Amino acid sequence: MFAYLVKRVFQAAVVMFVISLISFSIQDNLGDPLRELVGQSVSEEVREQLRDELGLNDSFLVQYGRFAKKAMRGDLGTSYFFKEPALEVILKKLPATLELVLGATFIIIGLSVPLGVFTAIRPHSIFSRVIMGFSIIGISVPVFLTAILMIFVFSVEMRILPSYGRGDVVHVFGYWSTNFLTWDGWKHILLPSAALASIMLPLFIRLIRSEMMETLQSEYVRFAWAKGLRPRRIWFVHALKNTLLPVITVGGVQIGTMVAYTILTETVFQWPGMGFMFLEAVNRVDTPLIVAYLIVVGFIFVVTNTIVDLIYGLVNPTVKLARMGA
Amino acid sequence: MSNLSTNPEKTRMQKMWHSNIAYSFRRNPVAIVSLAVFLLIALSTLFAPLLAPFDPYDMTQFNILDSELPPAWEQGGEARFVFGTDAQGRDLWSAILYGTRVSLIIGICAVAVQALLGITIGLVAGYVGGRVDSLLMRLADVQLSFSTLMVAIIFLAISQALFGSETFNEYALFILVIVIGVAEWPQYARTVRATVLAEKRKEYVDAARVLAFGPLRIMIKHILPNSISPIFVISTVQVANAIISEASLSFLGLGMPVSQPSLGSLISSGFDYIFSGSWWITTIPGIVLVVLVLVINLLGDWLRDVLNPKLYKG
Repeated sequence: MFAYLVKRVFQAAVVMFVISLISFSIQDNLGDPLRELVGQSVSEEVREQLRDELGLNDSFLVQYGRFAKKAMRGDLGTSYFFKEPALEVILKKLPATLELVLGATFIIIGLSVPLGVFTAIRPHSIFSRVIMGFSIIGISVPVFLTAILMIFVFSVEMRILPSYGRGDVVHVFGYWSTNFLTWDGWKHILLPSAALASIMLPLFIRLIRSEMMETLQSEYVRFAWAKGLRPRRIWFVHALKNTLLPVITVGGVQIGTMVAYTILTETVFQWPGMGFMFLEAVNRVDTPLIVAYLIVVGFIFVVTNTIVDLIYGLVNPTVKLARMGA
Repeated sequence: MSNLSTNPEKTRMQKMWHSNIAYSFRRNPVAIVSLAVFLLIALSTLFAPLLAPFDPYDMTQFNILDSELPPAWEQGGEARFVFGTDAQGRDLWSAILYGTRVSLIIGICAVAVQALLGITIGLVAGYVGGRVDSLLMRLADVQLSFSTLMVAIIFLAISQALFGSETFNEYALFILVIVIGVAEWPQYARTVRATVLAEKRKEYVDAARVLAFGPLRIMIKHILPNSISPIFVISTVQVANAIISEASLSFLGLGMPVSQPSLGSLISSGFDYIFSGSWWITTIPGIVLVVLVLVINLLGDWLRDVLNPKLYKG
């Protein structure tokens, strides 16, 4: 297990290194830091001198080394637009995005488990067929279209829910701002997180259903029936427990994917999170902010995937052996 | 051995008619309807220049006085514009025909790129094995752990900033195909590798080796034809996903420009007007997009059930 852990952490470090290399080469090629600093009205000689002082004439590797050293200390440069450290700008936007993901996760868990289990237990009932029908439609509707439709129905036509922004937020633990403490905040987060959940929900219903159906066919479940246990106990205690293992691992990986989809939902709802900020940064060619976003998001992806892999290795002995050898 | 000697009078069409796939297709109304709708969409985009009353790429045909006209059946609509017009006065029906064409082309070409890359890598990884295999599959793991959409958004956003939006718009179609194509190769590589590992142990491969056929020939002429059915199954789903990805990217303004709209860019251009009540600019292309993706997904579902008897339908 220890060797596996070391290997996995090493792999994560390599991926992180590649991400930082890519980010740095973007910074190197995108925009001119000198122009951002001094503007157009400086003579060529002074420019050259400044270039030397800033180390912009050094070789790629030397510059990368400097970049990496600073990045390790959490210094990812200063945003051209906000005139603040890029990492700080992102960390301020992070709570909005994470709460969106959290809200969507609650909706997904709350709906996919009961619906998935029901469709597995009663595959032929009309309700199950309706759910499965809706799930294939749900897979086919892009998340931004769901979001637009929700805005059109609930904000434009019915006028019961707000269509953009975060509304009233409460600051807790210093800088973290939360939607979950005010009624207005709840109203604002409902539509965006429902839209975000809509893309994953069909996937999870189908996954839970197919895993559950497979489990219900297994020997130990048949033995439990033979023993005369009550159906509820078999379904929810015996079968469901073993169904959840693959669901958790898929879920862990999908958290990363959700971060990507937040860019879409945040754009539609003008949610002041990281994704919205990233697109704005791209439009303004705010290079340090773009680079910082890449590194932060890359870090989130690498960390979640590594943790999911480690948990998977821990709880699933059959996979562990095969994977450790590889 | 061959079917020809037992049934010499049967033509190729007859054999197809009597095959398992065709039988299950005839018994499945959902599949029939889906295929019919898909063919309808595909053919009407193919003949878009003949069907469209206007050329949506020709700015001189737009008249700003015609902008935001509702569909013909609504009050204030005009018979010239069946589905109404967008904010520039462009006929929505023509724009949708051309836009669906762009979406389909990108979807299919991107999947072709995926398949080419993925099948090659999967064949090599599965057949050669050892270090090459573990390196390639590690690479696939890493690539898969970053969501396609994320990679595509970042790549497109940065290339747009690097090249400037004019150059970007000129090559948008090409860049989209490459990005969506490259980001999803592991799907194919993993599937192909898994089937190659199973096929490699079979006797016909040993026989081919004994005949001193080269590895390239064995991989392409012997193993690949036997791994084709899972490739078919994922291809349908992948086309649907590629179309959704393209639409999402265009919606963010990172895909097709408004002068050459795909379905995604049409939806995006209409989103600004949804609050003023012009619902049709967003909704009608949206419905076309959902129907297109839905029928492809339904066909994919059916194909998976037919080609993979292990999975039964509940």
